[in-house]
Amino acid sequence: MSAGTLPYKVEPHPVTGVYSGKLGTWLFLASEVMLFGGLLSAYVFLRVGAPEAGPAAWPTHEQTELSWKIGGINTLVLILSSVTMVMAWVALKMNDVAKGKMYLAVTAALAMTFIVVKLALEYHPKFKHHHVPSTNNFFALYFTLTGLHALHVLGGVVVILYFLLPGAGLWKTNPTYYTNRIECTGLYWHFVDLVWIFLFPILYLMN
Amino acid sequence: MSGHHNPSGRHHDHDHGHHQLSFLRKYVFSVDHKVIGVQYAVTALVFLFFGFSLMMLMRWQLAYPGKSLPLLGGLFPPDGVMKPEMYNSLGAMHGTIMIFLGVVPLLVGGFGNYVLPLQIGAPDMSFPKLNMMSYWAYFVGGVVMLSSFFVPGGAANSGWTSYAPLSVIAGKGQTVWLLGMVFLITSSLLGSVNFITTIVQLRAKGLTMFRLPFFVWAQFVTAFLLLLAFPPLEAAAVLQLMDRLAGTSFYMPEGLVVSGVPQAYTGGGNPLLYQHLFWFLAHPEVYVLILPGMGIVAEVIANNTRKPLWGYRAMVYSSIFLGFMSFIVWAHHMFITGMGTKISAFFAATTMIISIPSVIILTAMIISLYRGSIRFNVPMLFALAFLPMFAIGGLTGLPLGLPASDIQLHDTYYVIGHFHYVVAPGTIFAIFAGIYFWYPKVTGKRLNEALGKIHFWLSLIFMNVVFMPMFFQGLAGVSRRLYDQTVYAHGEAVQTLTRMSSWGAWMLGVAQLPFILNFVMSLVASRKTAENPWQATTLEWAAPTPPPHGNFLVPPVVHRGPYEYSVPGMKRDFFPQHLVVEG
Amino acid sequence: MIGAALWAGTAVAPRAALAQAAAPKMEGVKIDGEYGPFLPTDVSRDGHRIDGLIDLLHYFMIALFVGWGIFFVYCLAKFRQRPGRKADYEMVKAKPSKYAEIVVAIFEAVLLLGFSIPIWASVKTPDPDPNPVKVRVIAEQFAWNFHYPGKDGKFGKTAPKFINTATNPAGVDPSDPVGNDDVVSGELHLPVNKSAMCEITSKDVIHSFFIPVMRVKQDAVPGMRIPVWFHPVKTGTYEVACAQLCGNNHYSMRALLFLQTESDYNAWLEKKSAPAETFDEG
Ligand code: HEA
Ligand code: HEA
Ligand code: CUA
Ligand SMILES: [Cu+2]
Repeated sequence: MSAGTLPYKVEPHPVTGVYSGKLGTWLFLASEVMLFGGLLSAYVFLRVGAPEAGPAAWPTHEQTELSWKIGGINTLVLILSSVTMVMAWVALKMNDVAKGKMYLAVTAALAMTFIVVKLALEYHPKFKHHHVPSTNNFFALYFTLTGLHALHVLGGVVVILYFLLPGAGLWKTNPTYYTNRIECTGLYWHFVDLVWIFLFPILYLMN
Repeated sequence: MSGHHNPSGRHHDHDHGHHQLSFLRKYVFSVDHKVIGVQYAVTALVFLFFGFSLMMLMRWQLAYPGKSLPLLGGLFPPDGVMKPEMYNSLGAMHGTIMIFLGVVPLLVGGFGNYVLPLQIGAPDMSFPKLNMMSYWAYFVGGVVMLSSFFVPGGAANSGWTSYAPLSVIAGKGQTVWLLGMVFLITSSLLGSVNFITTIVQLRAKGLTMFRLPFFVWAQFVTAFLLLLAFPPLEAAAVLQLMDRLAGTSFYMPEGLVVSGVPQAYTGGGNPLLYQHLFWFLAHPEVYVLILPGMGIVAEVIANNTRKPLWGYRAMVYSSIFLGFMSFIVWAHHMFITGMGTKISAFFAATTMIISIPSVIILTAMIISLYRGSIRFNVPMLFALAFLPMFAIGGLTGLPLGLPASDIQLHDTYYVIGHFHYVVAPGTIFAIFAGIYFWYPKVTGKRLNEALGKIHFWLSLIFMNVVFMPMFFQGLAGVSRRLYDQTVYAHGEAVQTLTRMSSWGAWMLGVAQLPFILNFVMSLVASRKTAENPWQATTLEWAAPTPPPHGNFLVPPVVHRGPYEYSVPGMKRDFFPQHLVVEG
Repeated sequence: MIGAALWAGTAVAPRAALAQAAAPKMEGVKIDGEYGPFLPTDVSRDGHRIDGLIDLLHYFMIALFVGWGIFFVYCLAKFRQRPGRKADYEMVKAKPSKYAEIVVAIFEAVLLLGFSIPIWASVKTPDPDPNPVKVRVIAEQFAWNFHYPGKDGKFGKTAPKFINTATNPAGVDPSDPVGNDDVVSGELHLPVNKSAMCEITSKDVIHSFFIPVMRVKQDAVPGMRIPVWFHPVKTGTYEVACAQLCGNNHYSMRALLFLQTESDYNAWLEKKSAPAETFDEG
């Protein structure tokens, strides 16, 4: 054993039925749920306690100048990227690495589209109209939540690019392992998608 | 071994198998859980000692307010008198360092990393590289924290709790503190994912959950607490950073006027939001500080009473219950913030309920002594002392848990006394027990018993000299975080107790010298110990000493529970888990 | 959020220097009452209930600890390792432990339901006293401000724009006749045998309004006005402390509490409410 590799690194555990990486990813996501959960409860806490009038009052939907259209487009973009992510994994399962990588590339591209739309069509105009985090707690939460989410998206892009370029060699030495890692990336990716699906209505529609 | 097709183990297995590792890869950026465990333990011990030293400085100001410090006066220019802002910085850093850089990394990162994989018969942690990263995240976090002493305005000085708005309007040190925390939180999250996965996936054949040593169970529950409680603190820290750097008002109500100067915040925020997020972490955190300690104590007691733990299952269920409950008691730290009757009643009730599992665990451990054959070696002495010390700390939690009595005791030295009894003569003693117990496993050498006994008795006496007076100070009404209590009549009245406590602290410091000496000298000492010096049953002793990379020569198979001592009709009084027949 | 409006953005002369100077040492004033290693003097009507609970709790804790400790020591003495004696493998059937745990649980339930909750409830529900003394307690780094309605019993209109931390820390509207007799003081004066109804708030950070001899403690949270009441019964000079870390001079954020006879109190109020010098650092 001294020179062996770790058990259940690649093949699923007979009892738990998962390989370690997958379990680890699920646990990591559990902590992520607590992170965004904490922030969302802060949203509720602050919105309920917001003063009725004055500069600190909660803005109306008009005042927020958030376009549900742009938000909606981004929502579709992310959902689509989740689909392509699954396709990538399926392709790898079927040993079609070329197709798999193609879909990974598409996923990354869609993710970047999301980021660009966010920065160019949402953050930038907001700043132009002096809607900054310090304006009021709605914008404070808006920028904090979407900003944190955007960082998660970027993180996902970095991981995907890693598996497309430097990490791609793993496919040759151990295809199963490579596929597994894409599966875990996928799990993470769907979570990031899910977070947005919560944020969108809360920030764009519920005012 | 694990039969998956894999032409060359190179790509993802370079963490195993290569025997010619460079010095750097072997000792600095190692992925071997044992090396990482030792790195964690030594770093944390140094931090513990540092955190303790800060407090020894503060104790001078408390004992002799406004008098300039002898010998070390140079630390506080110009006149060697500690200024209030310095006192607050040292206090905040003492708390932060002891909890986040000392005890938790030592219990989880140190003991957990080193012992846990061995006790479950695993070759390593599930994610060795992740394991290395969590150590380095911890290390960087520590360096960031310490660097805050050198930023203009000094280190964070709003207490380890960093309540807003004070922490928001505080100096730059607070920003550094928050950044440091982000690293430490990341480290803990990576660690907890690794621990849970390892326990679930890598247990040796035959090692069912209820054959796990209690220590492993304690680490298991602890990992879940870290995994689920830290993120809300991360959220709290992010929001506080926003308030400080982006001028948001998450914690800032309208129209704050600080020493006559109106603040620029829009307002609409709420200072209590921070407290809720903070304590949602920080209460589970306190059980993180105790559970692994209880785990160590249980191991040492079973081994030195030479009989199975009494009520092992009850202890396991209790710690799981403790884990769940610890998420719904947090507001018992906030009774005095203006809480209504119903809510306070709820949190007081959960607080009373959560004390029961602790009572069960302690009772189980003490009944384990009954009809045992007790060996009073140094690890056992510390483990035994843990019981009454934790009992004092735990019992004094009850008056704090009842809102009515908390009115008088909240934020007084009674609170300081309460939790130090659980973390200092409690957890710190458990840590010492663990060090004396596993040192032979790690080094192949044994710590000197005589020096150990001196260390034990002096520590036991002075721990109580330090902390017992605090209950009386607290009853007298002396607030905590007080630069000079003689400002108040009720403080003046108990100043002698304060002075006594200070002398206790300094003597306690002296009492650590035999230990440090012992710790270092024993390394170079020639005498090598037996493979299984304590004649223990658990798996870590089935591996060679010190264990090679990969731990076990052959994957162990487990045949029985963790504490099969004094089994009737056997020659020896212990039956290791991995043996088929008495060998 | 009511309190928030009170302070909303006002430009005022910095008062740092003044605040820092708040009563650092005991400055000669003699403080009444006995202080020592146990609970300090209690000069309130209801404080004894809290003391009673604290005492009861400690008897319970000591009893548990001693009982538990005797068994502990007994085991250590009796079951030392001796040649020829083996630990016995069989588990003892320890019914007593179950009982011990059940007793602990029951006792905690009694303490909570029978004592803590009722006391807390009474602390939180205002005293039936028809006309208590009303005081607004305004905390700031590092001083306490006490705002009295004056003899007409009504607080004058307060507005942020009137705040001058040097002369009018409560921001009382000079044009409001009701406010003319208002008093803002750095000392807390109260008549005995009368309930005091305080509203606790803060201008800057969280402080905590603590009167040890009154068994009263309430955080002063900026943006909130939290009511707290108590009923002094013994005249004398006592201390108000700040119990929550609020900055560098937290330790010196101390005010004097004067419990006076009705007549002395009224005399003091009379003197204070005379215009011109409506503010006094104490
Ligand atoms: C290891 C850490 C640890 C542990 C285990 C505990 C355990 C408990 N704590 Fe403590 N606590 C802290 C660390 C800890 N605490 C810290 C750090 C703070 C301060 C934070 C800050 O403000 O800076 C704090 C503060 C704190 C407060 C807030 C006080 C205030 O600010 O006003 C409260 C209030 O409810 C409380 C309650 C309790 C209770 C009820 C327990 C219970 O779980 C205790 C249960 C144990 C027992 C009841 C005793 C054990 C059993 C026996 C004695 C055997 C009995 C005998 C027989 C059965 C025969 N704690
Ligand atoms: C795990 C947590 C922990 C631990 C272990 C300790 C340990 C100690 N603490 Fe601390 N303390 C806190 C957590 C802790 N503390 C917190 C959270 C606060 C509140 C801060 C705040 O107000 O925000 C606090 C506050 C606090 C105060 C109150 C300050 C104030 O309110 O103004 C005091 C006062 O005396 C104090 C004293 C001590 C002392 C004397 C010890 C001693 O028991 C220390 C003993 C330590 C050792 C014995 C270990 C020594 C190390 C070695 C011997 C290793 C040697 C190295 C090698 C071999 C390589 N602590
Ligand atoms: Cu005000 Cu402490
Ligand atoms: Cu707690």
